[in-house]
Amino acid sequence: MNAVFKHVLKNGAVRFGLIVLSVLVILAILAPVLGTVDPAWLDAINMNQKPMTTADWTGPDNKTAPYTFLMGTDSFGRDVYSRVIYGIRVSLVVGVTVAVVSLIFGTFLGLMAGYFRRVDAILMRVMDGMMAIPGILLAIALVAAWGAKLSTVIIAIAVPEIPRVTRLVRALVLSIREEPYIEAAISVGTPTWKILLKHVLPNSVAPMVVQGTYVCASAILLEAILSFLGLGLPSEIPTWGNIMAEARVVFSSAPHNMWFPGIFLAFTVLAVNMLGDGLRDTLDPKFNKRGQK
Amino acid sequence: MTTPTTSAVLPPSPLVGEGLGERGSLDSGNTVAPHSTVPLSPTLPHEGGGGKGAVLSVRNLSVALPVGADRPFAADNISFDVKAGEILCLLGESGSGKSIISFAVMGLLPDNVRVSAGEIFLGDENLLTLSPAALRGKRGDDIAMVFQEPMTALNPVMTCGDQLDELLAEHTQLSAVERKAKTLAMFEAVKLPEPDRIFTSYPHQLSGGQRQRIMIAMALILEPKLLIADEPTTALDVTTQAEVLALIKTLQRERGTAVLFITHDMGVVAEIADRVVVLQNGKQVEAGSKDQVLRQPREAYTQMLIASVPGTEPPAEGIAHDGTALLSVVGLGKTYSSGGWFQKKRTTEAAKGVSFTLHPGETVGIVGESGSGKSTVARCITRLIDPTVGDMQLGSTRLDGVSRDSLKLARKRIQIIFQDPYRSLDPRQRVGEAIIEGPLNFGVSRTSAMARARELMNLVRLSPDVLSRYPNEFSGGQRQRISIARALALDPEVLICDEAVSALDVSVQAQVLKLLEEIQSQLNLAILFITHDLRVAAQICDRVLVMQRGEVVEQGTARDVFITPKHAYTQRLLASAPGRGFEFATQHIAVP
Repeated sequence: MNAVFKHVLKNGAVRFGLIVLSVLVILAILAPVLGTVDPAWLDAINMNQKPMTTADWTGPDNKTAPYTFLMGTDSFGRDVYSRVIYGIRVSLVVGVTVAVVSLIFGTFLGLMAGYFRRVDAILMRVMDGMMAIPGILLAIALVAAWGAKLSTVIIAIAVPEIPRVTRLVRALVLSIREEPYIEAAISVGTPTWKILLKHVLPNSVAPMVVQGTYVCASAILLEAILSFLGLGLPSEIPTWGNIMAEARVVFSSAPHNMWFPGIFLAFTVLAVNMLGDGLRDTLDPKFNKRGQK
Repeated sequence: MTTPTTSAVLPPSPLVGEGLGERGSLDSGNTVAPHSTVPLSPTLPHEGGGGKGAVLSVRNLSVALPVGADRPFAADNISFDVKAGEILCLLGESGSGKSIISFAVMGLLPDNVRVSAGEIFLGDENLLTLSPAALRGKRGDDIAMVFQEPMTALNPVMTCGDQLDELLAEHTQLSAVERKAKTLAMFEAVKLPEPDRIFTSYPHQLSGGQRQRIMIAMALILEPKLLIADEPTTALDVTTQAEVLALIKTLQRERGTAVLFITHDMGVVAEIADRVVVLQNGKQVEAGSKDQVLRQPREAYTQMLIASVPGTEPPAEGIAHDGTALLSVVGLGKTYSSGGWFQKKRTTEAAKGVSFTLHPGETVGIVGESGSGKSTVARCITRLIDPTVGDMQLGSTRLDGVSRDSLKLARKRIQIIFQDPYRSLDPRQRVGEAIIEGPLNFGVSRTSAMARARELMNLVRLSPDVLSRYPNEFSGGQRQRISIARALALDPEVLICDEAVSALDVSVQAQVLKLLEEIQSQLNLAILFITHDLRVAAQICDRVLVMQRGEVVEQGTARDVFITPKHAYTQRLLASAPGRGFEFATQHIAVP
């Protein structure tokens, strides 16, 4: 396993992705001590400040002190820098949780559909049905029903991803099932559940990890889109999407409100995608040649 | 390196004289002039440079592998000539570098592999100094290639006619009508039935042999000076192989084409070669005329290779195995049906009416070509698939129509070894875990299963210390030994070998067969040996079943079937075995 890690880490794209993501994770964890203020605090005196402006800022404790707005303030006088840094938390949590949730469900369903022909016929039609539901519509419905919460957003994004993962895993299982080592396991009397866990699953892990990164990237984007459309988290919880949604109104006078969350979002998605591409190049034998260069 | 380069050049010898006579007589009746104007004299001394009279002349060729590969050179100081109207065989086992040499000649080496020394002359031109554009011109016009797998070498979305037409349009000034006429004439020359129909057919609509004929037609239509054939018959059935070999030989004689023929099969060499270059691990071991190399090999490696070739005749009367049958199969049949709701229902009988018995200590062979149903029988017996009809009995236990649970106990007694050593072991499972998987399923403790695994590793001549490694660290032959150890871990009474040695090199194949035979006598195993290779079957089997299109057409003792075959199909199969009747140098190793 060590050798696999070393091989993967040789890839430039993997390194870039991992470095950018590690920096983001550190920023998210250390958000309270990075010179930020309460990201939800409205300060009517400091509305639409330009980046790098220093002005007196009155906090929730009614103390007034000079503060430098690194990324300026929005039209409610909230500090954009604090909002963007806290926003990392939401994006990463949504991205990773959606990837994990859809991988767990998708893998289980995919294993069942791929290995048992009878399950396949029914399950895949259900999956086809799920893929026909427009993601945004589902999000509107769920937010209407359960309210705008983090868990609602995660479920709204994860559900449409599950059929995609299921299809991938099913396709992998269908080809692995025909391998002679599976027949060999059957003929030494290995029970089916053990074959699935010990032979089929380990041999489909690599493409699943790669798929997981793509799911993660698209979940981060989707969360931003939902927030931008006003279907995501309320603006007390800063997310890149709702920062940009509020910035849209004042875009011509205060474009920085849009730029900073936009740049963070783009870099995060780029890093996750590059990590995924790098993993695919190194782990997928079909792309191995390119990965070794 | 160790072999002097001059060994590629034949010393004048009486044996070569035969070849000359043969060629001379053909030249007289030749309509196509040979490309070389120099008389085809094998006594001609070869100098450097182009090597007079040679269409292709490879001089001290070395091909370097990337740093970190298992050896520095894929091909190391290789020299040989191919003259017009001659077939030179590059003979070697896997990893010998024989394909790399052909790619070097074609200028198609992979990016990370490069020619590090030497020259490749086509006529007077050094191919290695040509620009990519000039080399592209040579390919097709002067050099053509036929590959092993015709299905992947043909474009699946173009008709066969269009594929040849494209070639002619690219390389000649002929009009559309002339091109079509030429293509049809070529189809006729490669003996394709109904050229007009083939012209509009897609590759998937043709059989493997027909596809390979299309490949040969494509290769020869521009009348190249040199044809490179890389294992062109390896993927074909034995009867088709015989036809395709004969075709290559006829066309090559008619057109005076020089052929560089790459193969691992000694029988094919015996069938087709004029001269042979033997390669091992990228080094040139020996070179000479076919008769000299195959009958009086000088080098130990060649002698070992030739000794590993199983003979076509069973060595001695097998021991008669009477008494109670261990495994008896009566009227076994398997029918596949496709279609149903939306399509017309189609049924295929993969096997029908197969009956035989197997006694302890006996080896029964099932031979047949692809699609004959031999593997279907094996998979029915192991219940990897469920037979449609028939009775199968193992001792007093029924194998058909029983529940999965009682089947589990029966499975323990019948174990199977598969063909492809690279796919029959889980790449993510350590070999030790693979071997003890069966015993663990039957409640054996981990410690005693591991102890048994160590014993089994000794039995299959592998070190028990490698049990914690992954399959990718082993060679094909070693993996097959591990598969045997895995099968034996359950102490089976019946061992089914489904083409178990077919993917192995001939020297490794001989070792594995020897190992199987030793294990059989130690454990009194009954072996059901499924193979397409008549030579192997002749050496190892006591009794043989010949299958064709799902049915057993002939069965009897190995001697009866191989020496006095009664059924026409068996006779045809035996007559097609490449190199049959060719007396190889040393005594064949007696496997059983």
